[in-house]
Amino acid sequence: MRKRNIRRALVKNLLSLLIIAIHISPFYVQLIMALKTRRDFSSRWVPPASPTLDNFTLALKGGELMQSILNTAIIVLIATSLIIVIGAMSGYPLARYGTKFSKTLSLLLLGVMMVPPLSVLVPLYRELVMIKGINTFWGIIILSITYGLPTSIFMYTNFIHTIPVALDEAALLDGCSKYTIFFRIIMPSLKPVTASVAILTGINIWNDYSFQLYILQKPKLRTITLMLKTFFTEGNTNLNAAAAASCLAILPLIVIYLFLSKYFVQGVVDSAVK
Amino acid sequence: MFKKKAGVASDNQVVLVMTLPAVLLMIVFVAVPLVMGVQISLTNWNGYSQDFTYNGLANYKKLFSDPMFLRAFRNTIIYGFGSTLFQTILGVLYALLLQRAFALRGLARTIIYLPAMIAQLLVGYVWYFMVQYNRGALNDIVMMLGGTKLDWLGVGDRAVIIIMIINTLNFCGKAMIIYIAGLNSIPDMYYEAASVDGANGWQQFWGITMPQLIPAITTSTLLNLIGGLKMFGLVISTTGGGPGYSTHSLSSLINSLYFSYQDAGYASAVGVFTFVFIMAVSIVIRWYLAKKEAAAQ
Repeated sequence: MRKRNIRRALVKNLLSLLIIAIHISPFYVQLIMALKTRRDFSSRWVPPASPTLDNFTLALKGGELMQSILNTAIIVLIATSLIIVIGAMSGYPLARYGTKFSKTLSLLLLGVMMVPPLSVLVPLYRELVMIKGINTFWGIIILSITYGLPTSIFMYTNFIHTIPVALDEAALLDGCSKYTIFFRIIMPSLKPVTASVAILTGINIWNDYSFQLYILQKPKLRTITLMLKTFFTEGNTNLNAAAAASCLAILPLIVIYLFLSKYFVQGVVDSAVK
Repeated sequence: MFKKKAGVASDNQVVLVMTLPAVLLMIVFVAVPLVMGVQISLTNWNGYSQDFTYNGLANYKKLFSDPMFLRAFRNTIIYGFGSTLFQTILGVLYALLLQRAFALRGLARTIIYLPAMIAQLLVGYVWYFMVQYNRGALNDIVMMLGGTKLDWLGVGDRAVIIIMIINTLNFCGKAMIIYIAGLNSIPDMYYEAASVDGANGWQQFWGITMPQLIPAITTSTLLNLIGGLKMFGLVISTTGGGPGYSTHSLSSLINSLYFSYQDAGYASAVGVFTFVFIMAVSIVIRWYLAKKEAAAQ
């Protein structure tokens, strides 16, 4: 029996090793590319004899990449904060008051989660031209908020369902209004789900390409995804620098992920539509 | 929910006030563009000029005789349903392997999930170095094994499959997490009882594990399906829709109709179609899986 368990553990570890190798290989290849010079024609699987950081220097030259990371960070921070506030505010009545109106609203929000951004981008672009939102941060922020909100409201609604209604009722008897209940009772207990909401919606905005492509057309306003596109467009022959830029763009996410992986996993489970 | 008291805000009033900012945003930036999209789809607008004429349903009639649209529609179905199928299979297998503790479990979970949080566009670029024809990492392996170099993305049908596979590998970590949560929620005593009754591992899997996983399958299928049907960034970064128009998804086709062909009217018609299609698919799948779920209880 013991021998069988040891063999089982060995098989599981070997199998995992193979799976890890398959999943990590494209990232490994990209890193190797980033560390090699352009004139190094060895196989992309083989690490360079003398690794160079020139590609990273080249990718960072002119500060455009850093600017794009900064732009993205600003958009993500502002949009995510507002998504949290508006999401929590809307989640409260939807979880607590089962009126016809709130039920219809919940259903419509689920619908919005399915809207493919590209299917509305032509009219959305036209609308933003009219209100002068093209090439502005507020334009992209307001779209990021709108399309991030359904997930946030959905997660807050589910979470508030798990807070005992007895607390609300006690507060109501104590003379709290339905609005102060939200600030006194509900808001203080939202911390755990807020971490998940922030990570999930923040990452989505960080990774967005479609809205940003249409709204931010000036080079100065480029976000990470738009910036990376310029490294890889046809005519750019320096693939090693492109690989370095791509590594730099992915790095912040990996760092955040390694520190907060618990919340990532929780976020996926929390946001799962049942 | 609460008894009515004089001076206390009515439930509907609270709902209205608290959801007002969200509702306003949804009206202005979701509902209005959807309506405008329908309106534009009935015109021959080129996307920038002041004048255009209404041409009725001409754009919609064109859809089903346009090889470009039909191809993109077919591809979208492969991207959506193909990825979902393989993500479900891989996700369940990975979850079974990685549910209980052993040395490499944590690392394996981390690495499998990692790409799911990187932008689709970037993932495509990461894979670009693997699937390039000249000096691509995959062709190195092919040649080492004595084969001839393959033009992975050079042939439309093959490229569609490759993009679908990249998408699968990229997002199967999300499915895995949902299935691990699903597996963890199955009480051990079910298996103990089955063992006492003499059920073997295979019988336990089909008799207990799979039926109990159906809620998780519903969740992950919908998530993967909607994600796959919306696919955009990955197509842009791997093939840009080419060669020709052979790997376009509906989303990337809309983008190129608008930017390259300057056919905003037709692009909007494809947009309206895409929206209605994804809505319809989600509703049907949800209804079907809910029925299964009810049957499994």
